[in-house]
Amino acid sequence: MPNEPLLSLEHLSAHYVSQQGRRVVRAVDDITLTLNAGETLGIVGESGSGKSTLALTILRLLPPAARIVSGRMMFEGEDLLDKSDAEMRRVRGKRIAMILQDPMASLNPLFSIGDQVGESIRVHEGASRASAWTRAIALLKSVRIPSPETRVTQFPHEMSGGMRQRIVGAIGISCEPRLLIADEPTTSLDLTIQAQYLNLLSDLQKEHGLALIFITHNLGIVAKMCDQIAVMYAGRVVEKGPVTRIFNTPAHPYTKALLNSIPRMSDNRQRLTAIEGQPPDLASMPPGCAFAPRCAMAFDRCRVETPPEFILDEGRTARCWLAAPEAEAETVPARSAMA
Amino acid sequence: MSVTTLPSPIAESRPDRPVAFWKGEGFPLIPVLILLTIAFVAIFADLLAPHDPQIGSLARRFRPPAWQHGGSMEYLLGTDHVGRDVLSRLIFGARVSVIVGLAAVFVAGAIGTLLGIVSGYLGGWVDQVIMRLTDTWLALPALTFAIFLAAIVGPSEFNIIVILGGVYWTRYARVIRGEVLSLKEREFVRLAIVAGCSKRVIMWRHILPNVINSAIVLATLMLGVVIITEASLSFLGVGVPPPKPAWGLMLADGKKGLMVGYWWLTVLPGLCIMGMVLSANLLGDWLRVKLDPQLRQL
Amino acid sequence: MKQYIVRRIGYSFLSLFLLSLTIFVFVRLTGDPATLLVEPGASEADLQAIRVQFGLDQPLYVQYWHFIASFAVGDLGQSFYYRTPVLDLYLQRLPNSLLLAATAMSFSLLIGIPTGILAAVRVGKFWDTTGKIFALLGLSLPAFWVGLVLILFFSVYLGWLPSSGSGTFWHLLMPAFSLGWFFAAAHMRLTRSSMLEVLGSEYVKLARLKGLPEALVIGKHAFKNALIPVITLAGINLVVMINVAIVVETVFAWPGIGRLLYEGITFRDFPIVQGVVVIGGAMIVMVNLVVDIFYALIDPRIRLES
Repeated sequence: MPNEPLLSLEHLSAHYVSQQGRRVVRAVDDITLTLNAGETLGIVGESGSGKSTLALTILRLLPPAARIVSGRMMFEGEDLLDKSDAEMRRVRGKRIAMILQDPMASLNPLFSIGDQVGESIRVHEGASRASAWTRAIALLKSVRIPSPETRVTQFPHEMSGGMRQRIVGAIGISCEPRLLIADEPTTSLDLTIQAQYLNLLSDLQKEHGLALIFITHNLGIVAKMCDQIAVMYAGRVVEKGPVTRIFNTPAHPYTKALLNSIPRMSDNRQRLTAIEGQPPDLASMPPGCAFAPRCAMAFDRCRVETPPEFILDEGRTARCWLAAPEAEAETVPARSAMA
Repeated sequence: MSVTTLPSPIAESRPDRPVAFWKGEGFPLIPVLILLTIAFVAIFADLLAPHDPQIGSLARRFRPPAWQHGGSMEYLLGTDHVGRDVLSRLIFGARVSVIVGLAAVFVAGAIGTLLGIVSGYLGGWVDQVIMRLTDTWLALPALTFAIFLAAIVGPSEFNIIVILGGVYWTRYARVIRGEVLSLKEREFVRLAIVAGCSKRVIMWRHILPNVINSAIVLATLMLGVVIITEASLSFLGVGVPPPKPAWGLMLADGKKGLMVGYWWLTVLPGLCIMGMVLSANLLGDWLRVKLDPQLRQL
Repeated sequence: MKQYIVRRIGYSFLSLFLLSLTIFVFVRLTGDPATLLVEPGASEADLQAIRVQFGLDQPLYVQYWHFIASFAVGDLGQSFYYRTPVLDLYLQRLPNSLLLAATAMSFSLLIGIPTGILAAVRVGKFWDTTGKIFALLGLSLPAFWVGLVLILFFSVYLGWLPSSGSGTFWHLLMPAFSLGWFFAAAHMRLTRSSMLEVLGSEYVKLARLKGLPEALVIGKHAFKNALIPVITLAGINLVVMINVAIVVETVFAWPGIGRLLYEGITFRDFPIVQGVVVIGGAMIVMVNLVVDIFYALIDPRIRLES
């Protein structure tokens, strides 16, 4: 295990501020995460929890209404926030790549597959058209697209959904990045193709030594693919740690509720377990813990003070007052993560 | 680990969503003032105009405006090719523009809204017929169509109003119909149907009030177009007939003096037209944003 | 897709039918169309002769049939003034109008597209504001007034350009500018909104995520896609331009279709007026058909539907 994590986010916050300055939406709030080379992190949460915004924040491609207001983003030892626009552009696609959710929309309908797959190579590595074209064919082969020589001249609308997603994956790994962020990569795929695609990503990861961040609401994918998991709610990370331990013994009530709501074959209950209530409006958050209104175990302090992230044990934290030393009966040493 | 707050925003700046076409939602004060002035002038033309707009004396033709050599305060903005006072003609011309413009817009709006509601609400073959007709009429450029009609029925102020109304209603019908189609699915309409209201009642009491907003926005936007078309028709000689002073007619007359540099006969009426149309367009843009964000499509 | 084309052609025929019907009805609306078809100053006997000659005493549907049939073979009547078939006159003048329209269109695209792109890329800043002002002026200034003012400046005051007629490039300059002015604003608006839409698309987002330089993102990925609706509109507008050029052609005495129509009005030469309007309408219906079919051929979604 390398000494330094590949990616380290420290108290990262990004807010949307409305034009009059009155509405502040804390889309990404006080995020602390680390990821080592070759690891897979799953970021899980409902729609609107801020997971996609987090990815855009890392790549510094937020829309003009948003601002990164605090924190650090360390990637391979450098703070990404210190980089100029030009430097950041050299990071994108080359050192950190991203796969978007909808493969049909991600591909420009007017340009050939070969052109779009080879584009990053031409830009980042100065390759000629011809050599980028050859590399594109090789990349298509590595994402298991049959007859890549013909496919490379074709256009996006001539491909099936599964193929398009692979092509987008090929674009992602084309410049051998160290980190690949996949935003809901299987949501638009048929179930039968999902498994194939996930296997492909897994293989690619091993071949290229990639670190992977999976953004998804699908806990099944996380269970299968990820080493680490971070659960997000209302822009904050509420729990994070190794996947197996969190799945077996979730600490945060939201994580527990999420795991409970997955229907299992062994369940005899007639009704699905849903989580009561709605996610909060990020522009007008209640004081205290964001999950308190929907939490079965909430008590007074939860509604008044926002809990910090408590370290439960090596590599695990939970943002919950239940994890505070006074509330726990166990002697697990819990130090506040905030100095 | 301490929190570091960075001194300045460092997020990238990229255009994200389309911004409203008119920047800032400020009330368009100047355009409204201009329009009110024109309306005021139109109403009180008899009191304001220093001379009779239709009487001129050949001895005083082609006098330049007061500030130029050869001009006089008596004819502030000069005289035209038969010696009529330009200022007075402009003032009475405002009356023509206002009357024709408002009336035509009203006629077009009334027909278009009515047919749009009927077409959208009743659907079926009524809708098909009206829509095919609308599309066909939309295919003909308004000016060409208006010229054609004017050539048939002969020019007069009344005829022009009817013609312009008859040409421009199609623009209303399409938009209103679209709105009605979506209104049809709304709760309160369904409730009215279930409650047994007749179609006529529903269209009159429920649908109509809800499309009035769009109709008003459309009306302001149409006003500019109608005025330019009317000016074009008058310029070509098939609009408001002489000797009534329409700004378009003044431009046609003005052409006679253009080649020798009698600029005021061309520039001044044009400025009036421009002022009115520009103000109407600005007002319409503001209204569109204010009254119904959905209409930004227009 | 064949289905789509067939349906679309049928729809065009329906439009042509309605168009002819409209014209037919309106001509007869005045009560006695003979007054229109006869030269000014004709006697009652002449009127009666015309009625018989044009079959105006026959039932309406018979008249309509003659109406359509003659148009279908290209007989649009004969001009009183020129004593030649209207169709011949039209075809004679058409190249001039095409030349004017093509030049005006080039002008409108050369100004409109770059301005629109700049306005979209620099939303809210200087170029966008300039663009908005330009668009507003384009909509608010009548084309013929622009022409008149240009004449005042460049012909009368500066003496650089000829104020009327045709023949050289210099004759073409001012009329083309006047005609193209309005359309430049329209094209600018469309380019801007189309560009903004494209800039918000997922593939542009991905292009940025790939770390492509901004020039490439806009110049390659956004540009081509944004232009599609603009080019479509431009194609249709070319035909529209020919038809609305009447006022500009009148101001500059440009010998095109518009001027022909003006002569028709001034000399009360009804066959010319009717002929120009009919052909104009038919042209627009046709060009819409061509554009729609062209789209069907190149847009893969419609293609694959077959």
